[in-house]
Amino acid sequence: MRHPLLSFVIQRFGSGLLSLVVVSVLVFIGTAMLPGDAAQAILGQDATPQALSELRQELGLNDPLYLRYWHWVAGALQGDMGMSFSSNRPVVDVLIPRLINSMILALSAAAIAIPLAIGLGIVAALNREKLLDRVISMVSMWLVSIPAFLKGYILIAIFATHLGWFPGLAIVRRGASLGDWANALALPVATLVFVTIAHTMRLTRTAILSVMASDYILMAEIKGLSPRRIVIRHALPNALSPILSISMLTIAFLMVGVVVVEAVFSYTGMGKLMVDAVAYRDLPLVQACGVCFSLVFILFNFTADFLSILVNPRLREPKA
Amino acid sequence: MSFLEISDLLLKAGDKTLLSNISVTMEKGEVLGLIGESGAGKSTLGLAAIGFMRPGCHVASGEVRLMGQSLLTMLQEELRQLRQQKVAYVAQSAAAAFNPFYRLEDQVTELRALQKEVSKLERREIARSLFERLQLPEPEKFGRKYPHQVSGGQLQRAMIAMALLNDPELVVFDEPTTALDVTTQMEVLRVIRQVIAEQQCAAIYVSHDLAVISQISDRIVVLRNGVVVEQAETRKIIDNPAQDYTRALVAHRKVGEFVGQPSEANAVIEARALDLGYGANTVVRNVDLQIARGEIVALVGESGSGKTTVARSIAGLLPPRAGEIFMNGKKLADNVDHRTDDIRRRIQFIHQLPDVALNPRQRVRAALSRPLQKFLNLSGASLQKRLDDLMDEVELSRELLDRYPGALSGGQKQRVCIARCLAAEPDILICDEVTSALDALVEDSILKLLWRLQRQRDIGILFITHNLGVTRRFAHSVIIMESGKIVERGLTKDVFANPGQEYTRRLLASEPTTRQGWLDDQLATTS
Repeated sequence: MRHPLLSFVIQRFGSGLLSLVVVSVLVFIGTAMLPGDAAQAILGQDATPQALSELRQELGLNDPLYLRYWHWVAGALQGDMGMSFSSNRPVVDVLIPRLINSMILALSAAAIAIPLAIGLGIVAALNREKLLDRVISMVSMWLVSIPAFLKGYILIAIFATHLGWFPGLAIVRRGASLGDWANALALPVATLVFVTIAHTMRLTRTAILSVMASDYILMAEIKGLSPRRIVIRHALPNALSPILSISMLTIAFLMVGVVVVEAVFSYTGMGKLMVDAVAYRDLPLVQACGVCFSLVFILFNFTADFLSILVNPRLREPKA
Repeated sequence: MSFLEISDLLLKAGDKTLLSNISVTMEKGEVLGLIGESGAGKSTLGLAAIGFMRPGCHVASGEVRLMGQSLLTMLQEELRQLRQQKVAYVAQSAAAAFNPFYRLEDQVTELRALQKEVSKLERREIARSLFERLQLPEPEKFGRKYPHQVSGGQLQRAMIAMALLNDPELVVFDEPTTALDVTTQMEVLRVIRQVIAEQQCAAIYVSHDLAVISQISDRIVVLRNGVVVEQAETRKIIDNPAQDYTRALVAHRKVGEFVGQPSEANAVIEARALDLGYGANTVVRNVDLQIARGEIVALVGESGSGKTTVARSIAGLLPPRAGEIFMNGKKLADNVDHRTDDIRRRIQFIHQLPDVALNPRQRVRAALSRPLQKFLNLSGASLQKRLDDLMDEVELSRELLDRYPGALSGGQKQRVCIARCLAAEPDILICDEVTSALDALVEDSILKLLWRLQRQRDIGILFITHNLGVTRRFAHSVIIMESGKIVERGLTKDVFANPGQEYTRRLLASEPTTRQGWLDDQLATTS
């Protein structure tokens, strides 16, 4: 018998790969269906039909769709995702620094938001229906209801313009020190923490409270354990699975979906890159961003499932 | 001053009264049995005795004094200390009462972990000696396991081990064997009896099973709707009950009430050499079976014996791996999807849990109309007439037709399920543990109903059960299954009077009775 964990990894890896293939096909077809093509984009509106047709021949744009897809995939597998029209540099060279920037921002925000949210969720669950619980729920709802860009501007107004503690623009030069990074990222990270904290907090609270209805919690109370020990030692471990799922999704969301915050702080991340690529009709870059986004989501989903199994003895330890 | 004194206890959940006017006392070393139907308040009383109220419940008046201390006026912290050191609780479902996240040894000795000076190694040794005392297999390795890795009977014993950790003065056993098979129940009862004797502690034993409680307890308190009906010495309750309700409870186990002559008719359903399984596992092998009209065939076995699997296959819900099923000599399609409406109509299935089998958002009328419309093409006045007749037949008021299942009692819901099957005018009724979720007296009334219906309508019944008492009273013939195979079959009276197989004998011997000294005799013969 194979260990269930190994079977799971193999199975999930396979289905992740399949999802990636499906997404890449959709992204490719989607961009191919847009009016105009690469030749048009490169040569501009004034190009002669003669020049267009020659360039199409040269770029292989007259080949059938499946063949073009194949060339694209084969290139991507070798680390070549084509040339970015707008900057005339290889797509990969444009993408990688932006991806790293996004990861730094997302992981910093997650490193603060997730433990804070779980902690607040535990406190709320411990004080269920009491004042503290209501205050935590209300403040977090209030924060999540303010649009992200407005939160960003409010923070800039207070901490950059008025108090002057942090810069309003998150521009980091290459080779900057850790202190510079922290200083520059403080406000965007704070904005993102406020964006994501409410979901994770509320989910943690709900997950713990639903576990609190279990017989083994009743048993722990009858054994005479303290409420704090019951919530932290008996309820939380069994509530981890949904909490891990939403945490991983939060990180994935932060990596790809923070275009508004990036725009507010002029931060050069993935979100802004894709929006710009669409605006400039830079199709190879759009395709690469699309695949990159789905890869991030697949990866973090996989991690979430994997961790859920690791924290569940019923799935981790074979029965016999 | 008694060891435990509960006086004039009134316990409420919101406005609802759960217990009222309860006055019970017990002495040190005594075993007190609490018996009653579900909802009678027996678990609530058992928990109140150790000063525990479920969330939302509160004591409106009265007093609970344990060893001279008033539990209801104690501070939370004092109460926690008391629960850690002096009292213990053994829950009904060990599978649900152990935290799935931790190893058994860590949970069993958790209270010791609160004391800093006790090391992990010492705790492991404490766990080992407790497991050894409860005769668990490989006690040195047992504690390393997680709850899902051990059997139900072992888990129940592990919970008793947890209860004994701090040598409690009072242990509350809350239906500790209800979820177990009879032979496993026997092992656990033996352990409980032994532990109470060694420990010299007082115990409260909560159960709905009069036979079990009569074997364990010195004194019995009969509860109904949150009120004490009667309390007396065990023998007095069994042999000479003072109240009508207690008399009904004691009487319901009379043997051979229903059983008449088995049918001479030809088999309607015949299964030949069935092999059945799920996924990679074959769980039933080589099962033959016939059911004729007017006949009740009991298919008896412990959990995991494959009895429900056989029923599902006859109903067409699980195509056999090998073997065939015939109806009136003609082969049936394996899968219910390929059976004609007429065949589906003839074989009807009643489930164990009426709660799950009835759509909670559908009125009784809609649930019963469906088979009448589908199989009999009834509509309008004739449909209405038939609905009324069906309700009369299952002894339900016609007004209930417009209720939702949520507004019915458990027994009423099962009657609706029976009516729904009858609506199809079946030849064969498959009853899968149809009374095991019901209280003793309700079970009795459902059995009487089924018995009358099968006579009036000349239906054949395949009655799946783990309950030997019910089988003895209800079935013409019996088939005993163990681990997916038939071990013995015959007329019920012959098999029960003169079992031919060791397994059948063991099964029959494990069935508790109210006879004085039964448990002691069992312990003497098996140890």
